Amino acid sequence: MAITDIQTFSHLTAADIETLGQELDTIRRSVELSRGERDAKYIRRTIAAQRGLEVAGRAVLFGSRNRWAWLAGTALLSVAKIIENMELGHNISHGQWDWMNDPEIHSSTWEWDQTGPSSQWRRAHNYSHHTYTNVLGKDEDLGFGILRMTRDEQWRPIHLVQPLANLLLAATFEWGIALHDWAIEKELTGTPKSELLSAPNREFARKIARQVSKDFLLYPALTGPAWKSTLKANATANLVRNLWAYAVIFCGHFPDGAEKFTIEQLEDETQAEWYLRQMLGSANFKAGPAMAFMSGNLCYQIEHHLFPDLPSNRYPEIAARVRELCDKYDLPYTTGSLGKQYLLAFRTIHKLALPDRFLKRTADDAPETSSERKFAGITLPNTERWADNNWLLTDPETGQRRGLRSALHEAKVVLEEKARHEKEVLREAKRALKEKARQEKELLREAKIALQEKARVEQAALRRKTVREKGFRVRLRRA
Amino acid sequence: MVFKNVRDWLEAPAASVAERGGRLNVLRGAVARVTTPLLPDDYLHLANPLWSARELRGRIVDVRKETADSATLVIKPGWGFDFKFQPGQYIGIGLLVDGRWHWRSYSLTCPPDWNAPEHGGKRLISIAVKAMPEGFLSSHIVGGVKPGTIVRLQAPQGGFVLPYPPPAKVLFLTAGSGITPVMSMLRAMDRRGLVSDVVHLHSARTAEDVMFGDELRALHDRHPSFQSHLHLTGEQGKFALADLDAKFPDWRERDTWACGPAAMLDEIEQHWRAAGLAERLHVERFEIERSAIGEGGTVSFGKSGRSVEVDGATSLLEAGESVGVQMPFGCRMGICQTCVVTLSSGHARDLRNGDERREGDKVQTCISAAAGDCTLDV
Repeated sequence: MAITDIQTFSHLTAADIETLGQELDTIRRSVELSRGERDAKYIRRTIAAQRGLEVAGRAVLFGSRNRWAWLAGTALLSVAKIIENMELGHNISHGQWDWMNDPEIHSSTWEWDQTGPSSQWRRAHNYSHHTYTNVLGKDEDLGFGILRMTRDEQWRPIHLVQPLANLLLAATFEWGIALHDWAIEKELTGTPKSELLSAPNREFARKIARQVSKDFLLYPALTGPAWKSTLKANATANLVRNLWAYAVIFCGHFPDGAEKFTIEQLEDETQAEWYLRQMLGSANFKAGPAMAFMSGNLCYQIEHHLFPDLPSNRYPEIAARVRELCDKYDLPYTTGSLGKQYLLAFRTIHKLALPDRFLKRTADDAPETSSERKFAGITLPNTERWADNNWLLTDPETGQRRGLRSALHEAKVVLEEKARHEKEVLREAKRALKEKARQEKELLREAKIALQEKARVEQAALRRKTVREKGFRVRLRRA
Repeated sequence: MVFKNVRDWLEAPAASVAERGGRLNVLRGAVARVTTPLLPDDYLHLANPLWSARELRGRIVDVRKETADSATLVIKPGWGFDFKFQPGQYIGIGLLVDGRWHWRSYSLTCPPDWNAPEHGGKRLISIAVKAMPEGFLSSHIVGGVKPGTIVRLQAPQGGFVLPYPPPAKVLFLTAGSGITPVMSMLRAMDRRGLVSDVVHLHSARTAEDVMFGDELRALHDRHPSFQSHLHLTGEQGKFALADLDAKFPDWRERDTWACGPAAMLDEIEQHWRAAGLAERLHVERFEIERSAIGEGGTVSFGKSGRSVEVDGATSLLEAGESVGVQMPFGCRMGICQTCVVTLSSGHARDLRNGDERREGDKVQTCISAAAGDCTLDV
């Protein structure tokens, strides 16, 4: 049942968690103090580059009846839309550049090139998702309401179509997000469903009308004879952006190791525990500078969840410091290649499409979710020799803090050993059974042979008897 | 009717830009249909920063030293600037320092119809800035803003204005940088050739501290009906209002405009009230550029008209909710930016790190507290 007690799960004392929180605050403060001209230039250049790419892409598409122009224009437009979505829309709406006090680059005014209105997205994403990250029943981003992404959620027959739903979500990601945010906006503002002309509805409809008419009516119309190829190009660019955004989001939240939490964890949660929940609930993927940029620096999802409003171009340096903290407090830092992280998420999607009776693990010990109960009943080899058999300790020999990472590692080793042992016992038992069966078979065969021999002897005796009786009859006739 | 509807529909996406009622907005709105969610201005200003009416902008074309610690900035406004302001009004100006825009208000010192040949018919505006001892931005401006710098502007505003035509008898009482809005009025009178019987009493510490000294003399030479009196406080001490009767016996017949330090204005207001002339007095209080004072204060909520007294540890969000103001809110821990509102006056402090927020800044109410009296635009 997911994590209910983050202190026990993390193998840290309350004081440890508090100190960790203070160290993260220090990182935050040092970045805040050093924000300046360099960061401002970064975002302004990104904006200029994105707009340049978009204008270039749109211009090239005027000649989109030529195959090469189509490809070039579509590629330019796709890249422009990805940057606009990830590095600009997402990050600016998080308030990462609000410190610049620039009315045009501010979370309260930025509107993005996606179907859903920014304001609705901000509420669903910045508030619901980032405050209640990975809390079952509170964070609607857990599977976006259509996918079952943890064993804590009960299986229903509809989940059988999950592989298909996943493909559909990936291809139409911006629409999925828009509908999702729209529903949350109405829920949070308490807008009755029956009120068709409510403010959220009108805002939603207006934004969709503008977005759809731009990409699918006006631009194609403007390019005249090339309207058909322009239409295709725009649709393709939106599709590419959707797939990429989907992949980045899924790699940040659903690979193994990105933990889920129960609502109990939220009770009296301190700021430090909130930090810890963000660290344990998110996952990174490895990326070079170019891929980091194209992902809106969301390859640093852990850092983003710790400091959603610090400028994205500072995440790499923050990541180095967060990793140091993870080493110091012996906490896991979930990362891997983009391919690996996606495959793990992909595996979970397909596994959890099945009813629980096909799944081996429980919600306390599954690849996609675990809880503090995972460690119950496991005696770890290294801790035995320690006085109070307590994990919240520093190794007397190495001086290293022993925490969750070691525990996870050792639990894995112990569990594997246990599994290996059980397998061995099983094999042993199987062998014994086989031997027994062989012996019984042997006995059976011997008994059979004996019986056959007996039958043969009896038959022979019978024959002799018959012959004797025949001779007796012949003799009688003669007599 | 149909035509008007179509026009409204076309203009709709550009309705929020600064340009007022121009034909340009129809075009802007039409083009915005394909640049949505942006405006064409968002692309154009990349080519030339002044080609945007989405936010008013200007380019500094000249920086003139007035005194050792004051300077005049001459600014060429970009698209959408309304030149129909009144003499005496002020504008908001935003300057970029270390990646951050800093906003302040300064009085316009130019008359609105600045089409004189010496400016080559260019439509320019000017403000005068006096460096305050602890004023971060004013020191920056006086100390070294380069011509060519792009600034953001807010439309002219303020009720401290000279009526047209000006009253027959006028008294200006100014001190320090309080002379700036009055300068605008004097220049307007001069340009229009409507200098009535004007007395100007200006206080400054020394003769070197007098801004626009030469211009005041020249003005007097051209218009004998204009008298300029300088009161140097370094030598003569503070001007005593009791001396008005001796110096300007007809002061009671004059419409008076006063601008300067708060203490001086308080005194003047009291003096005029005592004389039963309160309605003939116009006062401009500068929002003095200073740091946040103290902890806590009275938080006022502009739109709902409520206010509450709070200490320095109570968040602005809690303050608003305690008096039933509909405050936007979200995470309540400073991460979601849902609760951001504009601080329309006064100072606030970020409770997480002590950073100061001031007039014009957008503040996260859940993690900000009042630092002195302040007003929120909600």
